[in-house]
Amino acid sequence: MSDFKFSKEHEWIKLEGEIAIIGITKHAAEMLGDIVFVELPEKGSNVEKDGTAGVVESTKAASDVYTPLSGEITDINQSIIDDPSKINADPEGDAWFFKLKMKDKTEMDSLMSKEEYDKFSKENSS
Amino acid sequence: METKKTSLYNLHQKHEAKFVEFAGYKMPIQYKDGVIQEHKFTRTKSGVFDVSHMGQLFIFGKENLTKSLEKIFPLDLKKLNLNQSKYSFLMNDEAGIYDDLIITKIKDGYLIILNAACKDQDFKIIKDKLENHYEMNLNNNLSLIAIQGPEAKNVLEKVIPNSNKLKFMNGQNFNFEDKNIYITRSGYTGEDGFEISIDNSKAQKFVELLLENGSKLIGLGARDTLRLEAGLCLYGNDIDLKTSPIEANLKWAIAKNRIETDYPGSNIIKNQIKEGVKKLRVGIKPETRVIARGETKIFNDQNKEIGKITSGTFGPSVECSIAMGYVENTYCSTNTKIFLEVRGKKVPANICNLPFYKKNYLKGEINV
Repeated sequence: MSDFKFSKEHEWIKLEGEIAIIGITKHAAEMLGDIVFVELPEKGSNVEKDGTAGVVESTKAASDVYTPLSGEITDINQSIIDDPSKINADPEGDAWFFKLKMKDKTEMDSLMSKEEYDKFSKENSS
Repeated sequence: METKKTSLYNLHQKHEAKFVEFAGYKMPIQYKDGVIQEHKFTRTKSGVFDVSHMGQLFIFGKENLTKSLEKIFPLDLKKLNLNQSKYSFLMNDEAGIYDDLIITKIKDGYLIILNAACKDQDFKIIKDKLENHYEMNLNNNLSLIAIQGPEAKNVLEKVIPNSNKLKFMNGQNFNFEDKNIYITRSGYTGEDGFEISIDNSKAQKFVELLLENGSKLIGLGARDTLRLEAGLCLYGNDIDLKTSPIEANLKWAIAKNRIETDYPGSNIIKNQIKEGVKKLRVGIKPETRVIARGETKIFNDQNKEIGKITSGTFGPSVECSIAMGYVENTYCSTNTKIFLEVRGKKVPANICNLPFYKKNYLKGEINV
């Protein structure tokens, strides 16, 4: 997990060259409960850091998904659209949300390490 | 006002409940298995629900009481047998619904089960209408436990022998550790099941025995998906002061021989039955997995707004998105194509029959 970065909106980010893979954290999936619907951005669309880039719905409520980085969406994970329960099963593995080509690499600087995120999520869970 | 806890609060905690404040009570929304597993467990085995936040109103009096209550509720109470229950409403003069409820004839009076958020106001309204002629008691010493699902009768039978002989919408007194308990065969999940009114001091022990015999605790989250799949109304969402029982498609609950007689809202009910209603509660299935929650606007194919959703979720047993709402009466027939505005986009959906989920279950000794 050492190559993962984390955002305050509970996304994880993994870099593969210029491409960032983004998903929601295990902590976020647990807080949301059973996820039954997911909406992802259009492939080819451009997203801005901290803007909305999709929606997840649990049996209880809808929550926006934010992108921690700006860039162009290069791929989305169709398998979680077809079966959203995969997000609860493996949030930080198979159930990634989207991939984007980064616009500004310095945006990575504001993200947290695994250690920092664990501390943050512990302090901010209710 | 301080948040209240039920007598099962410690047990909920022990079972890793996530709590939510509901109608002034700290109630379990789910346990560690989560809403979908809890829902499916209830449909296939049996689930135990703490519904102690609901009101248990006892009204005692002689034969005039039946007559007085018929002035409040659109029921044929004279024909109600001892221990028999009926679903009904407390209405205002405009036929708006203050609350929906279950009324059971008990020895020397009636027991009325009320929604938690409405119970204090209901008490005042009923007391006022009865002009203080009768003894009324909104009992806080009693817990209310529901056990629901195909295994409910077998699990309960092990704890309370002969309880499985009860018929649907009928109740009886039983004994549990030298305390009287009152059990009715009823519930709000679309499954066979029972509701047990029990002294607070015995509630935890009683539930622990149900759990030891194979049942599991189920939270309010799954209670909501279960009742919605079963096409049942949630007060405050699907029915309220702005909806009449006729608009809510609950005409069946109004006794036929009471339609021409007097009770709050009776003129409006009579007129709506005769002339029809402008809006009607319907079942709605979105064509995609999108969830249309309460307040979602409904449009026709000409982009004209024709109603709104009152409840919507993902149905774990029917495995699709489901909703209920009100539409103008010209759009209420099954398979009518409508559009739901979710996050700015129009999602195609169809009017469908209620309930979404139906199974034939043994109602007492009679298979229906």
